[in-house]
Amino acid sequence: MSKKKEARKITFESEKEMPVAPMSLGSMLYNKTGAWRNIKPVIDLSRCIKCGICWKFCPDASIDIVDDWPQINYVYCKGCGLCAEECPQKCIAMVEEEK
Amino acid sequence: MSKERKMTITIPREEYMSPGHLACQGCGASLAMRLALKGLGQKTIVCIPACCWAVIDGPFPHSSLDIPIYHCAFETAASSASGVRAGLDMVGDTETTVLAWAGDGGTFDIGLQALSGAAERNDDIVYTCYDNEAYMNTGIQRSSATPIGAWTTTTPVKHYKKERKKDIIGIMAAHGLPYIATASVAYPEDMVKKFRKAREIRGTRFIHVFAPCPAGWKSRPEDTVKLARLAVQTGYFPLFEIENGERWTLNLKVKERKPIAEYLKLQGRFRHLKEDEITLIQQEVDARWEKILKNCGL
Repeated sequence: MSKKKEARKITFESEKEMPVAPMSLGSMLYNKTGAWRNIKPVIDLSRCIKCGICWKFCPDASIDIVDDWPQINYVYCKGCGLCAEECPQKCIAMVEEEK
Repeated sequence: MSKERKMTITIPREEYMSPGHLACQGCGASLAMRLALKGLGQKTIVCIPACCWAVIDGPFPHSSLDIPIYHCAFETAASSASGVRAGLDMVGDTETTVLAWAGDGGTFDIGLQALSGAAERNDDIVYTCYDNEAYMNTGIQRSSATPIGAWTTTTPVKHYKKERKKDIIGIMAAHGLPYIATASVAYPEDMVKKFRKAREIRGTRFIHVFAPCPAGWKSRPEDTVKLARLAVQTGYFPLFEIENGERWTLNLKVKERKPIAEYLKLQGRFRHLKEDEITLIQQEVDARWEKILKNCGL
């Protein structure tokens, strides 16, 4: 993708601004789904064996690989707990969200 | 663990699905799309009929996929994909893959006629059915993909579904398609491999993806992958491919199949089942497994 993805919600002032055909103009990144979460995953990196399983199974593409380590993107993580369940080392803990 | 160890990456790192989409927590369908696109790559156009993914993708003018999506009517996933393919052929684009991405309602029930038409014409599309075994998007109504014994809102506990799941693979195999495969979100490497293989083959390719749905199956969101894995390990959803309508290959040879009860007990939709009903389901699964083994020449 050449164009940089923006986390901005697109709105129209009037119908004249709208495209002729109903087409997508931006990504869903504006929708910060992290707010859906009640419990959040926390990775204990000291026990991580870098198997990549948490990254592989995240249905929200919310686990990034940063400097060869898994890193949870809390802006979008919905807190389903799949990564904690699948982690062979059991080094991901689901902790209650403080709000 | 040692700091020097490299991260084990077994599937492509490119992401074509961005976070922020509208799927439920632990959604099997969104994971299925993420893995499928890792296999198909950037040069893909998706046709999505009414199904969960029509919602997951997001409201106008936003989209959670980095590739073009064409939203079409419920029954027209396959025929829209055929049309997009014909359009691409007109402008001389033979590289782009056209993916029809329909749920089980849009494949087993409503879209079957269009799918059969496309299969008969052998249009150059990849048709994927992500199967969550009911009309989950509209409120868990029974579809012909709903398995025997399951609760849905239209088959309540007292009158739970008594009919068998439709054998869609059998129907598609009878069309003699160049490539048919089943894939599961619990086996990402196998799934990505199958989509990659499908991309290289010409003609109608059909892939049946098993995508657990925590909301509709009344299971815990964290059990999505576990359920998909159990479905394969119990023989309920075997992983196999059919090439040219005749060559069957079993991809995962399960030596000791787990009892189906292990798979059923994790889901609230099967909670009402009694011992003898579970035995009946076990017999059905056994019979289907034997049939597939026979077809694979094992």
